[in-house]
Amino acid sequence: MLSKRVLRAIAISGVAVGLVAGCGEQQQQGSSDPGVTESEIKIGNTNPYSGPASAYGTIGRAHAAYFKMINEQGGINGRKVNFITLDDGYSPPRTVEQIRKLVEEEQVFFLAGTLGTPTNTAIHKYVNAKQIPHIFVNTGASKWDNPENFPWTMGYNLSYPNEARIYAQYLLKNKPDAKIAILFQNDDYGKDYVHGLKLGLGDKADSMIVAEVSYEVTDPTIDSQIVSLQASGADTFFNVTTPKFAAQAIRKVYDIGWRPLHILNQVSSSVGSVLKPAGLEKSVDILTAVYLKDPTDPQWADSPDMKEYKAWFGKYYPEGNIEDGFNVPGYMIAWGVTELLKKCGDDLTRANVMKQMASIKDVEAPMMLPGIKWNTSADDFALIESGQLARFDGEKWVMFGDVIGN
Amino acid sequence: MHGMHVNRMRWILVAIVVVAACLLPFVLSSYRVFQFNLVLVYAIVLLGLNILTGFNGQISLGHGAFYAIGAYVAAVLMDQWGVPYWATIPVAGIVCFVAGFLFGLPALRLHGHYLALATFALGISMPQILKYKGLEQWTGGVQGIVILKPDAPFGLNVSQDQWLYLFTLFVALIMFLLAWNLLRGRVGRAMVAIRDHPIAAEAMGINVAAVKTLTFGVSALYAGVGGALGAIVVQFVAPDSFVALVSISFLIGIVIGGLASISGVIYGALFIVFVPNIADEISKAAPWAVYGLFLLAFVFLAPKGVAGFVQILWGKLLNARTRNRARSATVQSQ
Repeated sequence: MLSKRVLRAIAISGVAVGLVAGCGEQQQQGSSDPGVTESEIKIGNTNPYSGPASAYGTIGRAHAAYFKMINEQGGINGRKVNFITLDDGYSPPRTVEQIRKLVEEEQVFFLAGTLGTPTNTAIHKYVNAKQIPHIFVNTGASKWDNPENFPWTMGYNLSYPNEARIYAQYLLKNKPDAKIAILFQNDDYGKDYVHGLKLGLGDKADSMIVAEVSYEVTDPTIDSQIVSLQASGADTFFNVTTPKFAAQAIRKVYDIGWRPLHILNQVSSSVGSVLKPAGLEKSVDILTAVYLKDPTDPQWADSPDMKEYKAWFGKYYPEGNIEDGFNVPGYMIAWGVTELLKKCGDDLTRANVMKQMASIKDVEAPMMLPGIKWNTSADDFALIESGQLARFDGEKWVMFGDVIGN
Repeated sequence: MHGMHVNRMRWILVAIVVVAACLLPFVLSSYRVFQFNLVLVYAIVLLGLNILTGFNGQISLGHGAFYAIGAYVAAVLMDQWGVPYWATIPVAGIVCFVAGFLFGLPALRLHGHYLALATFALGISMPQILKYKGLEQWTGGVQGIVILKPDAPFGLNVSQDQWLYLFTLFVALIMFLLAWNLLRGRVGRAMVAIRDHPIAAEAMGINVAAVKTLTFGVSALYAGVGGALGAIVVQFVAPDSFVALVSISFLIGIVIGGLASISGVIYGALFIVFVPNIADEISKAAPWAVYGLFLLAFVFLAPKGVAGFVQILWGKLLNARTRNRARSATVQSQ
């Protein structure tokens, strides 16, 4: 034992990287799994604090700030949350490295809120082979809802296909004879939406969809696509584009005098970065789906959960920007983890974590729009499956109608 | 006499390092083994880049592209055609040699900063090329390709991580030996001569164009071999794994380690793997600022790279020993 330690010390100092040491011995208690002691629960997370996607870093900082509050209030069932969040720079190889550190060195109890589709894809097999709960995965892809093959992974967001199904349900009910033209980005994200819309329309998909055109992220403009979609005679336009192209599409549709029912995917629903550049007057009457409360929206200013959110923000995350909508999912995921751990009680095993995750019934989370509830079951790993439609009035999104979805 | 003595000591040192490297996976946790496996992968890539930039004076800001090609060759071969992992390494190397050679031909006309920009164009466009629709049935588009980690052969009683580390170490040793052999010979001297004074080199009868394009090819071959090993170690390739930043961090690696130094690439690889993690531990708010500080510290404290720094220390140590010996010799003779 001693000689092994000495050898280890020699090996480490030999390569002159003293900082790699410090792997703490994890004590195990009773029936609980690694990462849980009498006084602490260790939770792992990766976020891009550096690199091209570092704008998302505030999500991870919001997670940490939430647990700071929980710990100050005495923790969960007497245990403090030790939330270890590491930077992966949105680079899949680094995600693999950091997740292995969290699982093998830090021995976290589970992983929550790991961000990004390529980054989570890189660890998908690994965490399932290791049987580590990989929950509240923070991306819109649909592949996290696959309990049969990946029973340890569960997503958080309203997934792209589920969002598209909301639009399909709306159309079937309110415009059953719509002639739909689709513009989509030619990658997983775009195809996820198209697939979801077709599933939602069911038998009527073939007759309702009259045109489908894609574009590449590398295309300079999408003007020609818009013109050909208009020529199809469609009266409904499903706009599945990322912000830059969404702004172009909105402007082009308006400029050529096409006035379809315009449905814009939520990915590009930002007023500041999409509708303003496109022209607010050209964006009037566009529809999109929403499911979170926007902290800048005055209509929620007096709701108790918004007040609580703002109080938490001011006290525990004063360095953050309260107008940044990315903080909301960070807050909600941390809230969700806290509720989950309360539900687990003293049966703090990884199997129980997944069991509790897969039996969420009608949970109304703070900062969710009224009526949108979290629901899961053993064969349904999609947490959020409903949303509400909103229409742009030239200034802001105005919600209307009922909550749509499962 | 003295020279031979130093030479022998150097080989003993190399032998000690190699033995220590072989023992490493048996004393460290599997996560650390994985990290050191990445160090070996990057060391191979950096060696190739150092042959090009350090020894031949051609700057490349696009080696991430060859690294990506190597990674995808290995991943596609394993995923689509079930080729065993070890067989993908030479294929990736050859494909990248050809790619590097072809890129080296037009790059011949470019010097210094212009070459740097041309290679940067390659590095920056690679992630988008990998997403190209026409290639999607092989590359998996933005999804990337997930590959399985190989088990140890012959029923050896070592874990997957340990085996992969030893396999990478084996490949790395071969690549280092080949590089050492190449650089100390006629070709190596020609490379350095071209770097130092291309006109004089040409006047001495060196075929500058041929040596430069060949160097580009060899350098890309190293990046490709590293890429293939990297893909197998990480078990996943995707366009987002090969952004332009990867190319820049390779250049940082050889400069930090020491230009035109074979041993320097190991220090550079250690820097690439460990410093970002240290920066992240110090600050979540601005990890890149911390990374920048590290970079500045290295550049100021070891302006000839870590290898140059070690060389100076080594020289001092030897001097002190010779002086001691000389002194004891005088004492004895008195």
